[in-house]
Amino acid sequence: MITRRFLEAPDRRGWIFLALLAAAAIIVPALNLFVPSTSPLHVSTTTVALWGKYLCFALLALSLDLAWGYCGILSLGHGAFFALGGYAMGMYLMRQIGPRGVYAHPVLPDFMMFLNWKELPWYWYGFNHFPYAAVMILAVPGILAFVFGWFAFRSRVTGVYLSIITQALTFALMLGFFRNDFGFGGNNGLTDFKDILGFNVQSTGTRAALFSISALALGLGYLVAQAVVRSKAGKVLIAVRDAESRTRFLGYRVEHYKTFVFTLSACMAGVAGALYVPQVGIINPSEFAPANSIEVVIWVAVGGRGTLIGAALGAILVNYAKTQFTIGMLAPYWLFALGALFVLVTLFLPRGVLGLLPRPEPTGVPCSTSGPPAPKLRSAAGSPPVQPGGGEHASVSRPGAAAAQPVLAK
Amino acid sequence: MAAPVEWPRAITHSLLYLDGVTVSFDGFRALNNLSLDLAHGEMRAIIGPNGAGKTTMMDVITGKTRPDTGEVLFDNGSIDLTREDEAAIAQLGIGRKFQRPTVFDDHTIEDNVLLALKGGRTVGRNLFWRSNGDAGRIGDILSTIGLAAHRRRLAGTLSHGQKQWLEIGMLIAQDPKLLLVDEPVAGMTDAETMTTARLLKDIAQDHTVIVVEHDMEFVRRLGVKVTVLHEGSVLAEGSIDEVSANARVIEVYLGR
Amino acid sequence: MRTSYAHVMAVLLWSLGGLALAGPPAMAQSYEQALAGFAADAFSDTDAAITAVAGSGHPLAAKVIGALQDGRLLFNADDRKIYVREPSGTVLDAATGRPVAGEAPPGLKSVRLNNRLRRSVEAALGSLTLLAPEPSRRLAAAQAVFKSRDANALAALEGALARETDVRVRKAMLEARAAIILTQPSAREADRVQAVGVIRDRSDRDARALLGGLPADLPPTVQRTAAEAITAIDRHLARWEMVQHLWYGLSLGSVLLLAAIGLAITFGVMGVINMAHGEMVMLGAYTTFVVQEIMRTTAPGLLDYSLAIAIPAAFLSAGLVGIAIERGVIQFLYGRPLETLLATWGISLILQQAVRTLFGANNREVSTPSFMSGVVELGGLAVTLNRFWIIVFAGLVFALLLGVLRYTTLGLHMRAVTQNRRMASAMAINTGRIDALTFGLGSGIAGLAGVALSQIDNVSPNLGQSYIIDSFLVVVFGGVGNLWGTLVGALSLGVANKFLEPYAGAVLGKIALLVLVILFIQKRPRGLFALKGRAVEA
Ligand SMILES: Nc1ncnc2c1ncn2[C@@H]1O[C@H](COP(=O)(O)OP(=O)(O)O)[C@@H](O)[C@H]1O
Ligand SMILES: [Mg+2]
Repeated sequence: MITRRFLEAPDRRGWIFLALLAAAAIIVPALNLFVPSTSPLHVSTTTVALWGKYLCFALLALSLDLAWGYCGILSLGHGAFFALGGYAMGMYLMRQIGPRGVYAHPVLPDFMMFLNWKELPWYWYGFNHFPYAAVMILAVPGILAFVFGWFAFRSRVTGVYLSIITQALTFALMLGFFRNDFGFGGNNGLTDFKDILGFNVQSTGTRAALFSISALALGLGYLVAQAVVRSKAGKVLIAVRDAESRTRFLGYRVEHYKTFVFTLSACMAGVAGALYVPQVGIINPSEFAPANSIEVVIWVAVGGRGTLIGAALGAILVNYAKTQFTIGMLAPYWLFALGALFVLVTLFLPRGVLGLLPRPEPTGVPCSTSGPPAPKLRSAAGSPPVQPGGGEHASVSRPGAAAAQPVLAK
Repeated sequence: MAAPVEWPRAITHSLLYLDGVTVSFDGFRALNNLSLDLAHGEMRAIIGPNGAGKTTMMDVITGKTRPDTGEVLFDNGSIDLTREDEAAIAQLGIGRKFQRPTVFDDHTIEDNVLLALKGGRTVGRNLFWRSNGDAGRIGDILSTIGLAAHRRRLAGTLSHGQKQWLEIGMLIAQDPKLLLVDEPVAGMTDAETMTTARLLKDIAQDHTVIVVEHDMEFVRRLGVKVTVLHEGSVLAEGSIDEVSANARVIEVYLGR
Repeated sequence: MRTSYAHVMAVLLWSLGGLALAGPPAMAQSYEQALAGFAADAFSDTDAAITAVAGSGHPLAAKVIGALQDGRLLFNADDRKIYVREPSGTVLDAATGRPVAGEAPPGLKSVRLNNRLRRSVEAALGSLTLLAPEPSRRLAAAQAVFKSRDANALAALEGALARETDVRVRKAMLEARAAIILTQPSAREADRVQAVGVIRDRSDRDARALLGGLPADLPPTVQRTAAEAITAIDRHLARWEMVQHLWYGLSLGSVLLLAAIGLAITFGVMGVINMAHGEMVMLGAYTTFVVQEIMRTTAPGLLDYSLAIAIPAAFLSAGLVGIAIERGVIQFLYGRPLETLLATWGISLILQQAVRTLFGANNREVSTPSFMSGVVELGGLAVTLNRFWIIVFAGLVFALLLGVLRYTTLGLHMRAVTQNRRMASAMAINTGRIDALTFGLGSGIAGLAGVALSQIDNVSPNLGQSYIIDSFLVVVFGGVGNLWGTLVGALSLGVANKFLEPYAGAVLGKIALLVLVILFIQKRPRGLFALKGRAVEA
């Protein structure tokens, strides 16, 4: 019963989104595997891999939207959680190589042989078992986010301060993972994977399966996220986003809610990273680069923050555009386009692409007796005017100009 | 002020007990050795010129500001509020309406009340929350504050006065032991002011309330004991007629 | 006191002994005889010849041995005559130093060297220049002998010491001799103890290395004094090392200060998160590059003064770009710090790519003016001049900025607008204009930082990226809205970084610092010098 309550059914848009994902998960692999490559309907394996990658990015964007769109936590370090999940998966894949590496050592990955290491570092133990790796994919980003969030939110680091220290966090991790003695392959990262759960990572079938799993993961991620945001806890998250201290005066432990959503979001990002790595065949420290994390933010902003679906669409849209740009002659202009996207979206499209569509009805308090209230007769002010200056999320708790407009020192 | 021997009695019989509370900001004393005690079930009006420290006093009680010195005790002296944070204090049963109305603009009016509604505050409880009967309670509160017709509107679209009422509704929903109401009728018409006074008196039937207000007419209508604050400490205390007659009060506040 | 007296006496006695050794023999003849040793082209004969030629005191000795070192010493196996081929190609008779008449004889071969001989050559050259007329060359020679510790040089050294009048050179020679004696098995125990004393007074890394590398079979007294000396030197070195770290820290701190101070204005004063701040720094660096390139073609003689033009040019170009950004984008985003962050990040991408398109992705070379190049030794402290000037520059910029804020109308208006925008606007201050100018000022200062950075860092499109996180940390650490906080923040982060580095390595040190700052921000979310008051509260 409780689960029934928790898994609040998605709204109409949600169903459409899920249906599209399901269709993609079935049709795309089918067109790839069973339609001969001569047919115009055939989907090439590269395309499958490419779109599989987009789906992982979409899940990453969705996870960030959960934290940023609904709780106002603008993490500029979400790429770190993505990369950590990816590394966890990469470690599993490395250990699957076994004696097939260049140095043919039964246990040690090539890069350790290259560094003359004699034994496996303790943190590599267990990664030869998939269930253990699967737990780590969730646990490593989750625990990091939990500890980091616990300290940051308890001491009420908010707004841009939080953004900047999340950026510093991913920067620090990047520096660390670049080092050989960290034991994660240094500069080159982890690569040359052979198989996953006994299937060849390169084979067409595996790739198609990974695509479907990514679509599934995105759908699942969406279900969880929307269940959270539509629960009462989700309402608290929005309250925190718009008027943090007011929420506190109602007796909510804001730091618990923030830590919860941040951790959940990090776990989802970790899963996205884990699915990404076998599809692209490599994970290296540049995934931690602060620029990557900021790019995720723009995916969310393009799609529309605080919409979940928008974030996923935004990720796919921007990455599709990026691919189109970078394979063509326009490659040198991609960064111009991306930069312009940042500027234009914040200036002219504060609610993102999805914000151009009419806003869905605010959901009422569901009455257990009479079922969901009929959507009828909204008052004249039903669709609220966008407020001047503040966009939709401006609120009394961030009064007037910059919330913290400090004063010059004498 | 009370003689020292009476202090223990006051502590053990007060819902709220402030003694010697001092708060300074960069050397400026917003509260200066402030003492106050409030019996269970009492309603108290607090008046004083701008900058007298009324809001700061509420900040101290609700944990927003830590006093430099002084005691802030709650519930017969059993709880030291200076050791608790805002959320804990709210959960202890102290509700507050802010001077500048603060509601959740992006939530509907009923969701605003829902969030305030007494009940579980933990993440777990609210993830798996079920409405059982909340809708009815919310409906009652919305009728009380006259916003029943607007329950699906976003709070951000309300007028200033409506927001004031919504805040009062949220206070009622919290059902706290002690209500702190900061300038509830600022920006209201005379008629609205009278309605609000009636509403507050209703609430005061079964709650302990502190109301801060400038509007003397409104305070008179409440008809309760008045404390006059000035420069961070108590200048006078008594019925509205007594304090209005007090020479010092006239000099610093009433200005006639 | 007593020991130093004994020192002096010992030195005197030695010097007298050396004088006695270096009597005036029949120089020319022995030189020519010695030369003949090269003609055998056997390593042992060559070695003997090197010592003999070097010891002959003949004016051509240095030239011959120098030629030997470069493989330009030739011999004729038939008549056993020796020649020197000048780098220009002319061939000289080694005995006379005059060019050979007509064609050089055929069949000349270079005298060969092996590694051991190369060391002898170096030692010989060292001892030869011990007698050079210029004190600086004598000093260099003495230092070379100190390093080589070649026993063959001892005689020459004694001779040179006897004539030496320059105090510094003399000291260096004494140290060189002590180094030789210390490592020579035949030396007397007392002499060696004396030598340890001389080395100990030198108190630097080389002295430490010399004493640390002594053979184990030394007499106990020598060993004991050496051990004591090592402790003393270590202590001395540790003190200087602290000073050196402090200096590096200050230097890094001044760079951070320059990079962060503009941010302290745009972020700290205006509350605008400018992620393109690093690119303003980069623009400043590229402006310096462009100014230099222009001067290189138009007025190469004035290249040393190009910074004088680059400084205002960088300030103006970065400042103007800043104003354009503020008017074009940021002014529409006041009160939405997170959106500002995103938009300015986009601008930073555009600027980087624009510079990459214009100037290419590679590093650009910016030359350092002569007055800024070089190193000055202050005791055990090596002061690189460019770093020194950057510290001065950072201090000047900081002081100037304080002055502008405090004493100019612009500063007054800036403070008014940032403290109470509506009130300022009511008092007929054009807030839009002030915003633009303030932002321009912050950006211009970032441009100045770029001028400084072009002197010590690669000028590349990514230049700004490497400083942006650090700058934000400085501002946040120091306390937003407080320039003095930025100063203290920059210097303490710089010094902390440099003190952490030796223990943790550069990367781990940086990580440790990031973690420390993150922890610190959690403890004091508003920074070191937090402002209090309602204005600060969200
Ligand atoms: N956080 C703060 N920082 C600086 N000064 C403050 C702060 N809070 C209150 N004050 C000052 O304390 C005094 C009392 O303020 P307040 O309690 O709001 O007065 P009242 O509500 O009675 O009008 C005022 O002068 C106000 O400026
Ligand atoms: Mg007040």
